[in-house]
Amino acid sequence: MAKDLKRLGGEGELISQICQGRSDLFYALIEPYERSVFAIAYSVLNNAADAEEVAQEAFLKALKGLGSFRGDAKFGTWLIQIALNEARRRLRQNRSHLHQSLEESYRSEDTDYMPRDVADWREIPSEALERKELRERIEETLKSLRPIYREALVLRDIQHLSVAETSQALGISEDLVRTRLRRARLQMREALAPGYDGSWTCGFKVYKSVRPW
Amino acid sequence: MKTAIVEISCAEVWREISNFVDGEVEPELKARMEHHFRNCKRCTAVLEGTRNTVRLLTDGDWYPLPEGFGERLFQRISSESRKN
Repeated sequence: MAKDLKRLGGEGELISQICQGRSDLFYALIEPYERSVFAIAYSVLNNAADAEEVAQEAFLKALKGLGSFRGDAKFGTWLIQIALNEARRRLRQNRSHLHQSLEESYRSEDTDYMPRDVADWREIPSEALERKELRERIEETLKSLRPIYREALVLRDIQHLSVAETSQALGISEDLVRTRLRRARLQMREALAPGYDGSWTCGFKVYKSVRPW
Repeated sequence: MKTAIVEISCAEVWREISNFVDGEVEPELKARMEHHFRNCKRCTAVLEGTRNTVRLLTDGDWYPLPEGFGERLFQRISSESRKN
């Protein structure tokens, strides 16, 4: 598929061919963005099956609306915007059955944030990354974040978008991206710092909490 | 003569710590924060933890695509394209 992109001279050329009727080329265009679209849908919905459905819907919307893509944003950012809208719409539908308000999840953030726990964590035990418990802990913590924080974290740290791209995708200012990112990162740190609820053990090594004061 | 570094509080350091990890603070603030870290073990702990968190997120394979995702998507797009 990547070969197609190269031969056709990049995304712009591919997009114009698709708009002229070559919809068979659409999958080649979007394949590089499967992961980021799925991840942003997941970050809103917290559920892999719903995220996959929403990702498919988002790609189909993109195909239908491709003619309106003007290249003001990167194509990938445009796709993420569509996926976010679709995912939020799905969340609203799901929540209307539960009588929960989406606005509650998206209510404005508090003005300041103080780390609750400052357990030391100087080194990442590289062996620990392979451990199931740590992986599960990270997944749980990601799930527990408020959506506005998780979305910023997923785009910036997991999908490696720049602050400017994240701001464009989420439709918020760069300052707000930085604020949400800080909250998300500090909350993740609090939950992951060894010693917060025990220590990480790796083979015979035990990484204990170090509280240096 | 060395220029004196203006002290900065822990709360101010925490407010900027995420930007510091991204290398996005102005040189003057960066110097103040580095000075603070040399003298404050608590903030150094927060800094190292934040850095590690970012590294874990950046390096890890989070939200992996479910198996068969690409094929199912391809099929869906193909069948929708045929309809139109």
